[in-house]
Amino acid sequence: MAPRKPKPKPKRAGDGETPGDVRPKLAVWKFASCDGCQLTLLDCEDALLEIAAKVEIANFPEASRAIVRGPYDVSLVEGSITTSHDAERIHTIRRASKVLVAIGACATSGGIQALRNFAEVGGWMTAVYGRPDAIPTLRASTPISDHVKVDFELHGCPISKEQLIRVLGAILRGNVPRLPHHSVCLDCKRNGTVCVTVAEGQPCLGPVTRCGCGALCPSHGRGCYGCFGPLAEANFGGMGRLLEVKGVDAAGRARLFRGIYGAAEAFRVESESHGRNRT
Amino acid sequence: MAGTVPRKLRVEVLARIEGEAGLDIAVKRDGRVEAHLAVFEPPRLFEGFLRGRDFREAPDLTARICGICPVAYQTSACQAMERACGVTVGGAVRDLRRLLYFGEWIESHALHVHLLHGPDFLGYESGIHMAADHPEPVVRGLRLKKVGNDLMTLLGGREIHPVGMRVGGFWRAPRLEAMRAMREPLLRAIDDAVAAARWTGTLDIPEFERDYLFLALRHDDEYAIVDGRLATNNGFDADVDAFERHVVEVHAQHSNALQSTFDGQAFLTGPLARFALSRELLSPRAKEAARELGLNGPCMNPFRSIHVRAVETIHAAEEALAIVERFEPIERAYVDVEPREGSGCGASEAPRGLLYHRYRIDAGGSILEARIVPPTAQNQKSMEEDLVRWVGAHPELDDERLGWTCEQAIRNHDPCISCATHFLRVRVNRE
Repeated sequence: MAPRKPKPKPKRAGDGETPGDVRPKLAVWKFASCDGCQLTLLDCEDALLEIAAKVEIANFPEASRAIVRGPYDVSLVEGSITTSHDAERIHTIRRASKVLVAIGACATSGGIQALRNFAEVGGWMTAVYGRPDAIPTLRASTPISDHVKVDFELHGCPISKEQLIRVLGAILRGNVPRLPHHSVCLDCKRNGTVCVTVAEGQPCLGPVTRCGCGALCPSHGRGCYGCFGPLAEANFGGMGRLLEVKGVDAAGRARLFRGIYGAAEAFRVESESHGRNRT
Repeated sequence: MAGTVPRKLRVEVLARIEGEAGLDIAVKRDGRVEAHLAVFEPPRLFEGFLRGRDFREAPDLTARICGICPVAYQTSACQAMERACGVTVGGAVRDLRRLLYFGEWIESHALHVHLLHGPDFLGYESGIHMAADHPEPVVRGLRLKKVGNDLMTLLGGREIHPVGMRVGGFWRAPRLEAMRAMREPLLRAIDDAVAAARWTGTLDIPEFERDYLFLALRHDDEYAIVDGRLATNNGFDADVDAFERHVVEVHAQHSNALQSTFDGQAFLTGPLARFALSRELLSPRAKEAARELGLNGPCMNPFRSIHVRAVETIHAAEEALAIVERFEPIERAYVDVEPREGSGCGASEAPRGLLYHRYRIDAGGSILEARIVPPTAQNQKSMEEDLVRWVGAHPELDDERLGWTCEQAIRNHDPCISCATHFLRVRVNRE
């Protein structure tokens, strides 16, 4: 028996009721990534149908087959650029987008896959794949802003649901999104979480990491590993020295800075001051 | 078969899956069908950069392979490291690990059943489109999904890339009140999951059966999730460390992903495999729902995977409730794990199938070698065979319907392309 015939047409997301939809068009794009940041949108369970009623979901393949042609009012871009094809594709997306928001550690710093930037990729390719020559990959994994103008960056690995809704709301109202800009360390104080470095001597990147997670790791009794990226103007050298005082060896210090946001400038520079290129 | 009209079909974007891939299908003049799942997802080289990292970092780093099943990566990585270091995690800590994992099962299955797979059967482009005409299942699905996410937040701090798990257990034990607060939502989730299973029973499922070789973990006392032995439906039974002697990965030219065979054959992991091997161990209401859905033995129809996922969601919610109810406060939610030179493997049942990890570490705990075999890579060959059989059996379908149903045939297996190395481009070539 053949499956039910797909319903004819509705090619426009959410249409059926409003021909000539005037809702702003939202598009979600993916580059090298784990899909976690766009999944964050689907994880807005309580608000999902409400958001879907306010915007036209014009391109979001993880959620819908319906693809509406651009231009798009807002494009959310997840993932980093790691292939020459993607380096071209991002320009097409930029041209089709009024506002382009890079979401997540990959799109804003190159992501965890930017750990390759510290190494000789060829050896890894041979180790992982049988026929590395057949796989097109660039030597470095780079953020979206290295390739095109980005209107707003939303950080985190993964991004915060609340921040995403806030940023989308501001952009759709025509406002410039504003997010809090302080360290994870400050949120710990506000939450009344006991400092894991002071009380237990655990290494913690909280003082130099951008807020947004709600200071999650220390609330679980562990040090921050920097998954919202470096906070601009933090004292990274001082952080490095503190780690040293707390007994973290040079390789450990280099590794701590060289994690989820390893290729972000401030973390990269600090990591290189503790350890040369990886072994 | 002379006289077959050769055709080529191209579906540029295969939606509602995790990751980017394409599909090339060619119907030859002699009636032969060729199908290739081409993974365009760019390689991210995890097995490369894990070298030189500390063994304790593997759960946080490998979680980043996939936003939909991070707990699976964390669990398989922890177990591999624990095994390498000669440590076993049992009792209350193991219970918490299962509870976190059930959270991921509920979240992932509810997402797949209601937003990614369900809309296919009713002809909708998405769950959001479907909600306009069928609000009840979608709203219920989202409510169910939220309970899964709440469990993950309770134990892991957040749904995506949770931070609570560590090699040896959890960084922090949950508080009794927080665990008790999950009781009511889980009771509701069981009812919602039962209603969801009944709803999947109303869907018009294509008749289509395949003779699968199933591979899943099997456990003596429970429907395996966090650990178990390797088992197949043709009698194979072995410790997880036998995995690489049987599952061989080959780099197919049309794909950025590696493809696996089991003793040279295509095989399938995931809900159908688990159900075939362990259905006797499902929770009471899950068993009852399976009976109601007519799932009386191994299910060989991949389109019915939506039934099995719904049944597994009931099981996950019931088991999660049992863990919450028997929880007693614990001081310390981990066992100490000291590194030693050696290697260890770990496997667990991600919502979409078996996930295998193996690491070799040195005496200081530095990772020397990492090997990760995700479920989608294992299922890829079976998915291609599904397509060949499906296209061959339905010459009457026009290109548009054939394209949609081929996408659906892939979605049956809830592929996770970021894992396998997202859009799926389907191209059918009728020569």
